[in-house]
Amino acid sequence: MTTATAPAGYNFAYLDEGTKRMIRRAILKAIAIPGYQVPFGSREMPLAYGWGTGGMQVTAAVIGASDRLKVIDQGADDTTNAVSIRRFFARTAGVATTERTAEATIIQTRHRIPERPLREGQVLVYQVPMPEPLRFIEPRESETRKMHALVEYGAMHVRLYEDIAAHGRITTAYGYPVLVNGRYVMSPSPIPKFDNPKMDMMPALQLFGAGREKRIYAVPPYTPVRSLDFDDHPFAIERSDQPCALCGSTDTYLDEVVVDDQGGRVFVCSDSDHCGERQEAGRAAPARA
Amino acid sequence: MTEAPLLRVRGLSHAYGSRIACSAVDVEVWPGEVLAIVGESGSGKSTLLNCISGRMRPGAGEVVYRAKDGREVDLWQASDAQRRLLARTELGMVHQNPRDGLRLGVSAGGNVGERLMAVGARNYGAIRATAAEWLARVEIDVGRIDDLPRTFSGGMQQRLQIARVLVSRPRLVFLDEPTGGLDVSVQARLLDLLRSLSRDLGLAAIIVTHDLAVARLLAHRICVMRGGEVVEDGLTDRVLDDPRHPYTQLLVSSVLPP
Repeated sequence: MTTATAPAGYNFAYLDEGTKRMIRRAILKAIAIPGYQVPFGSREMPLAYGWGTGGMQVTAAVIGASDRLKVIDQGADDTTNAVSIRRFFARTAGVATTERTAEATIIQTRHRIPERPLREGQVLVYQVPMPEPLRFIEPRESETRKMHALVEYGAMHVRLYEDIAAHGRITTAYGYPVLVNGRYVMSPSPIPKFDNPKMDMMPALQLFGAGREKRIYAVPPYTPVRSLDFDDHPFAIERSDQPCALCGSTDTYLDEVVVDDQGGRVFVCSDSDHCGERQEAGRAAPARA
Repeated sequence: MTEAPLLRVRGLSHAYGSRIACSAVDVEVWPGEVLAIVGESGSGKSTLLNCISGRMRPGAGEVVYRAKDGREVDLWQASDAQRRLLARTELGMVHQNPRDGLRLGVSAGGNVGERLMAVGARNYGAIRATAAEWLARVEIDVGRIDDLPRTFSGGMQQRLQIARVLVSRPRLVFLDEPTGGLDVSVQARLLDLLRSLSRDLGLAAIIVTHDLAVARLLAHRICVMRGGEVVEDGLTDRVLDDPRHPYTQLLVSSVLPP
């Protein structure tokens, strides 16, 4: 068994089997009611809240010995959070890891959805800091639950109204609220709204884990996910006006990177795997300049 | 006036532990009628208002509201969903302190537009136009539509709260001391505004107040409460000019002439 590679004294994937069963039950309920936040008994994990404890518990509950794990942080595989979580599961579960989106069966993510379209059989696990989209307008948990139960979502549009009134357009750029399966308003975690359209009818299973807030929610494969908007101010994603400096891509989400202390800056893909693949392909067939 | 009351309260009682706040109160409001509930502090006015506006479940009694479609709904037999839907469409609540009724972190326009968005309005331009129209109706400069309510004066906040409630065209509005805490000239303008709005819109209203002058100016009928019971009710001028119950006589005679 793969547990042989795990350090002595730890169960497969760190959490004990009872905890994993409890989390799996929460996940099943979440999948059965798309967008509904299921409370669960979040455990203490060996890293601080806010660093992905919710996502890690979900990953630990669904991962198996034959899975191949990819972890990204803001799209990149090589940032601190991604590296340490990937190493954590490599050590405690002994699973194979990868940086290739296409090869991964489970992708744990913080703040991005990979550029490469996901396929059936893949699981996307989001790390969620604030699961409740209504929190900004209603501080009481008892009240927000009632608002979800009774589909009282008028307040969500007040937030968008305020954006337009102040700036002339909807300026909410991340954590943009969505309506899942025509029923529950859901926070997509702080992904850029650029990624919102990818959630709609995605073939992969999307799981969301919030460790500090003790909530799990899910979007099953092929579920409609619509971004909230106004008739006369429809949802629109922002596009960069220049291509990626490394791969020349014009249809991906770009990060602005400061390259010197003279104010020099370049824009590069935030999805490091996708960018790398495009660069390789470009070297193989440098037809496009 | 039509033949059936808009709101019918029967045998409403509520107690906080062993302290009785309301005992067997019967009240009716007819379409287009303004009813004032007066009485001293601690007489059960606010408890009564909370129970009949659907915000606090009474210990006993029924509160039957006749909805727009003619159906009679007992607010406390109905489901949460039905009661809350009525509360944000056909009913309205104006709080004594505008901070309780407004979202202070949301602009004036957003405050007025919220009830529209809550019932499914999804056109920004239309929502904003309606909000501007209502600000004008409550005499707030339309140029301040994007300002936060906390930058408004007390009287403006109260008028904004009224606009926020009336924008969804409710049929029955509950007002809890709407002029409390305002200076007299601002009070006079607010009363004037309330009177013209209720007349223009054919609005029914229940006003809780301890200010008999407010009751005289706005109300068609008055209910006098004391110790959780209605001791006297009748037409405003009859109650105020010819009070029958000793307590009402005391109340009327204790108003200081200016």
